Amino acid sequence: MSIAARFRVDYAGFALDVDLDLPGRGINALFGPSGSGKTTLLRCIAGLERGLGRLQVNGETWQDERIFLPTHRRSIGYVFQEASLFPHLTVRGNLEYGLRRAAGAGADQAGGNGRNFGPIVELLGIGALLERKPDHLSGGERQRVAIARALLPAPRLLLLDEPLAALDLARKREILPYLERLRDELEIPVLYVSHAADEVARLADHLVVMAEGRVVTHGPLAETLARVDLPLRFGEDAGVVFAARVVERDAEWHLARVAFDGGELWIRDTGYAADQSVRLRVLARDVSIAASRHDDVSIMNLLPVTVTAHASEDHPALVLVQLRAGGTTLLARLTRRSAQRLALAPGSQVWAQIKAVALVG
Amino acid sequence: MISPTPADLAAIWLSLRLATVTTVLLLLIGTPIAWWLARTRSWWKGPLGAVVALPLVLPPTVLGFYLLLLLGPEGMVGRFTQWAGLGLLPFTFPGLVVASVLYSMPFVVQPIQNAFEAIGEKPLEAAATLRATPLDAFFSVAVPLARPGFITAAILGFAHTVGEFGVVLMIGGNIPEQTRVASVQIYDHVEALEYAQAHWLAGGMVVFSFLVLLALYTLNSRAHRR
Repeated sequence: MSIAARFRVDYAGFALDVDLDLPGRGINALFGPSGSGKTTLLRCIAGLERGLGRLQVNGETWQDERIFLPTHRRSIGYVFQEASLFPHLTVRGNLEYGLRRAAGAGADQAGGNGRNFGPIVELLGIGALLERKPDHLSGGERQRVAIARALLPAPRLLLLDEPLAALDLARKREILPYLERLRDELEIPVLYVSHAADEVARLADHLVVMAEGRVVTHGPLAETLARVDLPLRFGEDAGVVFAARVVERDAEWHLARVAFDGGELWIRDTGYAADQSVRLRVLARDVSIAASRHDDVSIMNLLPVTVTAHASEDHPALVLVQLRAGGTTLLARLTRRSAQRLALAPGSQVWAQIKAVALVG
Repeated sequence: MISPTPADLAAIWLSLRLATVTTVLLLLIGTPIAWWLARTRSWWKGPLGAVVALPLVLPPTVLGFYLLLLLGPEGMVGRFTQWAGLGLLPFTFPGLVVASVLYSMPFVVQPIQNAFEAIGEKPLEAAATLRATPLDAFFSVAVPLARPGFITAAILGFAHTVGEFGVVLMIGGNIPEQTRVASVQIYDHVEALEYAQAHWLAGGMVVFSFLVLLALYTLNSRAHRR
């Protein structure tokens, strides 16, 4: 179960050249700045752009030297950046558009399609909107309908092209939980194009970092985010993501204690169930380093860690230090002067002071 | 009070018949041309677009003159129609239809082309990702979305055909119940100093044109509000 994509595209002023093997399950984030070729790659995979190359999705060849399946014969769901609902159809008409055609084309899928309608409408919370026209929906509702429409024909691959980019923060917050449910309940691979590090940290299982039409690196999310040997693409957003479990809730201070592979942290309690699994994100800029343990600081989260590597940052005053706490890797951003004063080198035993932990799902 | 003569009524009936046939044919012929013009990146887009637009600027007599030559016994098309056993087209109703189709072409092609261009690539790409073949996407997405363009095209094509004079005179002549349309009939009345009869028809044309354009603007503003 995997996706093998090899594409070359040459336009005036832009070239895409990628060779990727991606897992056939979970959310693969394509991350990079605008112009890095993420969307072009996605369009090649959809057959909307005719790149040279080959593409296999879970063992099925969609494109090679001889074959080029046109878009309408690829089993994909595609969600565009701006809502692409058909304005002349109601929400129900939009949802049934792909469903009918898939049922007509592939007898193997026809049976499952109709049965998916209810659950998918419910998964995306659009049951009350079915008889409305797209003009009468909010931006967030439109994207939810677009996602449902893409899912209904039971595609083998779901392609999301910055589905949140055109939305304001409130609308984003409205949709993210639905995308998380999608990640947890979908059996098919998802390619998710984004240039927003927080979306990636929250949703992705696997990360592909792109720049200037090439893949800089790719791998499991936590591993890839924690690397310091890459040309840095994250800037202010550099940080790590790891899984943790809620072990205690402190009612008096509204805090929750979470355990992860490498220690325990206190985070703000926003209403967890005991034993709930959570995904945490710690930004490099929120981690400072002390040579010894200090209990007379406001920071609650102190962890004994080992320095494993460091790398220079974009700005000459800064360094990025990679730390290991048990089985978890953290990043800390310090000034070069501090790093030198503390004589940080691989192997140094120090304390990480973590000022902020974000819960990302 | 003067009432229309049977000849007047026959001319009106002929005008309406000609306009209806022309409009239907133009929607069938003009739609693929508009689609191609709206979407092609070919070098031919410019030249073909210019040819379609020619009747906008050419004097109708010029178009009529060349059609007469082309469709006549010595013309290429004329020889073909004779060979095919269809006879000659000038001074017949089918000849009028051919001329009207060419003469009203830009009034039908351009609104449809503009409507197709306004739709853009996105809805069609979305349709393709939802398993619609290109032909399916054309009928299920492009045509419904371009509906205001089709309405404008049909109304303009119809009205323009009713209003044509020069081309009709050149290619159709003035044969009662075959090629004598309302506009030609008015000319005849004026020539014969039958001003009252001319008024009746001419006034009717003014009212008709006004109602057509009123319908067009009302429909279009309603389409925009939706």
